[in-house]
Amino acid sequence: MKPAAFRYHRARDADGAVRLLAELGEEAKALAGGQSLVAMMAYRLARPRHLVDIGGLRELDRLRTDADGALRVGALTTHHTVERAPDSLLGPGFAVVRETMRWIGHLPIRTRGTAGGSLAHADATAEWCLLAVALDAELHVLGPHGTRRIAAADFFLGPYTTALEPDELLVEIVFPHPAPYAAVTEFAERRGDFALASAAVVLDRDGGTVRGGRVALGGVGPVPLRAAAAERVLADGGTFAECARAAADALPEEGRGAAYRRQLIRTLVRRACEEADAR
Amino acid sequence: MTARTPEERHDGHRGRDGHGVPDGGHRPGGAGHPDSPPADGPGPLVGRSVPRKEDPRLLSGRGRFVDDLSEPGMLHAQFVRSTVAHGEVTVLDLDAVRRVPGVVAAFDAADLGLGDITARLHRPPEEFAETAMPVLARRRVRYVGEPLAIVVARDPYAAEDGLEAARVVYEEREPVVDEAAALADGAPLVHAAAARNTLVDVAPFATEGIDDVFAAAHRVVRVEARTGRQNALPLETRGALARWDDRAEQLVLRTCTQVPHQVRTVAAGCLGLDERAVRVVVPDMGGGFGLKCVVGREEIATAAAALRLRRPVKWIEDRKDALTASFLAREQHYDVRAAFAADGRILGLDADIVCDMGAYSCYPFTAGIEPLMAAAELPGVYRVPAYRVRGRAVTTNKAPSAPYRGVSRPQYVMVMERLFERAARELDMDAVELRRRNLITDFPYTGVNNITYDPGSYRESLDLCERTLREEGWYARRDAAAAEGRRLGIGYACFNERTGYGSAAFAQRRMDMVPGYDLAEVRMDPGGAVSVTSGTMSHGQSHETTLAQIAADTLGVALAKVKLHQGDTDRVPYGWGTFASRSVTIGGSAVRLAAERLGEKLRRLAAARWDIPWEETELHRGTVRRRDDPGTAVAYPELAALAHFRAHLLPKGLEPGLTATASFDVFHDGTFSNATHGVVAELDAETGGITLLRYVCVEDCGVAINPQVVEGQCRGGIAQGIAGALFEQITYDERGEPSATGFLDYKVPTAQEIPDITLFHLETPCASNATGAKGVGEGGTIGAPAAVLNAVNDALRATGTELDTLPITPEAVHRALHGA
Amino acid sequence: MSDHPPDLPLTEPADAGTDPALERQLLVLDVNGAAHEVLCEPRRTLVDVLRHDLGLTGTHVGCEHGVCGACTVLLDGRPVRACLLFAVQAEGAAVRTVESLSDGRELSDLQQAFADHHALQCGFCTPGFLMLAEGFLAERPDAGRTEIRELVAANLCRCTGYQPIVDAIHGCATARRAVRREN
Repeated sequence: MKPAAFRYHRARDADGAVRLLAELGEEAKALAGGQSLVAMMAYRLARPRHLVDIGGLRELDRLRTDADGALRVGALTTHHTVERAPDSLLGPGFAVVRETMRWIGHLPIRTRGTAGGSLAHADATAEWCLLAVALDAELHVLGPHGTRRIAAADFFLGPYTTALEPDELLVEIVFPHPAPYAAVTEFAERRGDFALASAAVVLDRDGGTVRGGRVALGGVGPVPLRAAAAERVLADGGTFAECARAAADALPEEGRGAAYRRQLIRTLVRRACEEADAR
Repeated sequence: MTARTPEERHDGHRGRDGHGVPDGGHRPGGAGHPDSPPADGPGPLVGRSVPRKEDPRLLSGRGRFVDDLSEPGMLHAQFVRSTVAHGEVTVLDLDAVRRVPGVVAAFDAADLGLGDITARLHRPPEEFAETAMPVLARRRVRYVGEPLAIVVARDPYAAEDGLEAARVVYEEREPVVDEAAALADGAPLVHAAAARNTLVDVAPFATEGIDDVFAAAHRVVRVEARTGRQNALPLETRGALARWDDRAEQLVLRTCTQVPHQVRTVAAGCLGLDERAVRVVVPDMGGGFGLKCVVGREEIATAAAALRLRRPVKWIEDRKDALTASFLAREQHYDVRAAFAADGRILGLDADIVCDMGAYSCYPFTAGIEPLMAAAELPGVYRVPAYRVRGRAVTTNKAPSAPYRGVSRPQYVMVMERLFERAARELDMDAVELRRRNLITDFPYTGVNNITYDPGSYRESLDLCERTLREEGWYARRDAAAAEGRRLGIGYACFNERTGYGSAAFAQRRMDMVPGYDLAEVRMDPGGAVSVTSGTMSHGQSHETTLAQIAADTLGVALAKVKLHQGDTDRVPYGWGTFASRSVTIGGSAVRLAAERLGEKLRRLAAARWDIPWEETELHRGTVRRRDDPGTAVAYPELAALAHFRAHLLPKGLEPGLTATASFDVFHDGTFSNATHGVVAELDAETGGITLLRYVCVEDCGVAINPQVVEGQCRGGIAQGIAGALFEQITYDERGEPSATGFLDYKVPTAQEIPDITLFHLETPCASNATGAKGVGEGGTIGAPAAVLNAVNDALRATGTELDTLPITPEAVHRALHGA
Repeated sequence: MSDHPPDLPLTEPADAGTDPALERQLLVLDVNGAAHEVLCEPRRTLVDVLRHDLGLTGTHVGCEHGVCGACTVLLDGRPVRACLLFAVQAEGAAVRTVESLSDGRELSDLQQAFADHHALQCGFCTPGFLMLAEGFLAERPDAGRTEIRELVAANLCRCTGYQPIVDAIHGCATARRAVRREN
């Protein structure tokens, strides 16, 4: 379990990293925290000929809230930085982001793993991917010709596949709207594992009344999915249980463990709704 | 629990249950036993949780495990392994491997010409099929991961580059991937020599008239149970560092094994060397749990490569290979019926046991390790008057099986405890009460399986365990939870465990190698310090401390004056290593006997000075003193100096030097530890998730040499039992491809899954060895699966569904709760 | 075993052929407060460099895919998996290993707590747990037993059943708090 050989390139800044990626082509990969990539390289499931180490780009390791209320997470912000962020950086509107970090692996993974690395890796059960979809994040991507913005809904193309071009670098994740009534919940056989299934719920609440909301599911498809039927139930004033049932009923009935997965989703969506509502 | 020291707990419960040393029972320490040693505080060391001698180096990063060792000019090996489960290798081309930068050599079976590893039972062909395991597969491959060639390179990275360059072409055969496929008519054969893919097929017991017993019984209950294939999973994988020592004319093979002398025998045999010309040395070892008590192929191939290249060669197994290509265990299938009388007495037991042992017989135990254990011991703690059993080992195209902590006992205890739970339901009796009616209470007891059980506290352990959960209110909480629609269950496992298998017990299995006795040597240097060697092999069990406690007490010296040596075939006269909870019972007894012999020599030296019979002296706090005049004493250093430096002054008949050796063996059925485990589990009705809310273990391992070490063994063992009950399993798909290549798929439980465990100790000393101790290395693992499974089934009670398959997954629980 | 090949040279040529990916790089690592120069291929993981280039074998290797935690070390004070980090990535950071915990004569309070609670048996996972706890307690000195149990779940131990490890770390944290209160 030793990685195949590669050439190592250390980027000095984001533009330099993009230049390197463009120059080295398809055989190059950006190395952020490396918590997924290095493990895959140990199995030689990934064998890039070039690694562009972006770990030193301090400008991408930052966490701030805009005047307009948006949360901006630099791509190299570690899960641990988010987990330990004070209220001044992560106010009640984005507490869900901080609280979701506890589901990611364990402390020594969270100290190295980054938001951008996780999103670019695009595991269908990854928490950042679920958050991005649920909170309608906008992903800022730097390429040879400047920056472009990709909506989370358009970012994930399949398992471990994103809209990033080989010469593009994810630099920032912007969560445009505070989500004070939101929750993420998961089920795994062991705490810290990749989830068997996960659910994120963001409620639109008017005073004490739920007016609608967004429901995203992880582990049920190739990418994190919005549960449109479940969202309709919320918009139509249905109960959380009805919302959860709608989310589950929309899942495929066939396949190994499908019935169990549907039941898990039903439970997780209801629990996430209740938790979001209780904030 | 209030925070009490292990000693307080130990003594407290011994007192509370009045279960201390019975009158006339064996107490550790006999004539000549010093009443208190110096320097380590008052009282003897045995029975005290003295700090471990191992700890300072292991805590400081100064332990030396095999991968920590290096040699000048050392090369690194990895193995080209089969990617198909069953087939013929038609092309194995290593030319490209040898051209990979950094690769120094690559050898296949033909290059090395090594002898096979063959484990034998002395049984007729209808009971045992002898098969050989080649060090490197020749043409036929029998599992994914089987080694085909060894690649040696300047570093482990280049070695792996080399593996990728190997060209292997297979002619695939249909793989045999499970028991049903193995036993099916016309099934492809894994070994030509094993008809019906059966390596072992025994029926050691069949009580006359048992069919009538079943026909006339008030109730017959049946349990069909399966348990998953597990990896024992020492955190340190296997590994070896081999080099030829020209001066000693020896192969020096440093490897992490529980059985150094057996590795020597196999290495010498395969390499065509005298055993003298092989020195097996074991450094610090990161766990073994049985996986390292068999001889593997890779360490032999590594040695062969070192001899060929005349360079030190190191092989460290990576985790992927450890999970898929080392040794697995535990995949068993039981179909057992039990007959009960209306009053709850068990009348008979009829069992069919099939163990899926994978592709090869392990050395030296053979594929009989699991079925022979299960068939011999199934009745366990219960008075079973009629017994019939068939035990089989089948061979399949999976990584081979080896012993794993508990060996079959986690499974058959689970089956017995399931039978009692099921019978209790059908008889409408309390399951604990039903057990009580059937437990062996009069000792010694000779069972229907011809085993004589020495005294234990079966009934007492069950009573205390149940009383504890009852007094803590768990029964009330279970009922209250049920009323709220929550699912809480309470489960027990009551069992015994034969520990310290001596020659008699292993000979009964008709093993070619009978690993029963052990040897110890105790030596005093001219300054009075003591070196002990033991044929046992600690790999986490704290022998450096516990065996030293025994030696220090016997001689009456401080613990700091005693150093244990193990794991060097040049230094240890002979020994069988550590497995089957044998080390303290057998190895510890040998240490005690050897120390007593050394003590006798010291007494003879002193007695000669006083011109009195040596029997009129005794050892006391590092001195020999006169019994008739305790004020007259001579200190060990003075005697030791006499024995070494001034041999001309030695009394007639005494040789210079201070060395004593002793062996210990068990010529009867051995000694049985026992325990009851009690578990409270809660099920999440929506997710099927299982939470263990409470775990209580009441164990009896006789005299605890070091109570803290005993507790450690129990806790760690229970954690491994829970792992098998709820989490760990390697499955194989229809092509014989293993499901787990890493820890994301092979789910080892963490601190979040293993609950706090409360331990109680009862003490029924072993009367038949020199220490009073019974083994405790495996018991935790044995009881946990049964107790956990019973707790889950108790929580499922209202559904009418019962689970009999391990591991219990949340999905299975969910299915049981909701149907479909 | 008769046909020994001629004796081979004791070292391989440093030039590993023409593949530029096999070129070695000179690194400077700050480990346990000392600067070390290492010449190695960039694919070499930090744990392999610590163990085999610097001889700091106290850090162990258990899985090489970041799950078991036997290789846990501190990087700028925070626990990380040294198997999921190429050594070259650690340039410019302060690395601490188990060898730094005590002077070799007396155990640190954390190490002593592990001994007192019998929180190690074979000792293979122990350095990883020690460094995990060392980094964690520096950041969360007030952590309670529940949080410590969550932390301990980061690493695998096959011997102890974890409870003694939780107790050891909790015991150490509690004792440190008592000392802090007194001062």
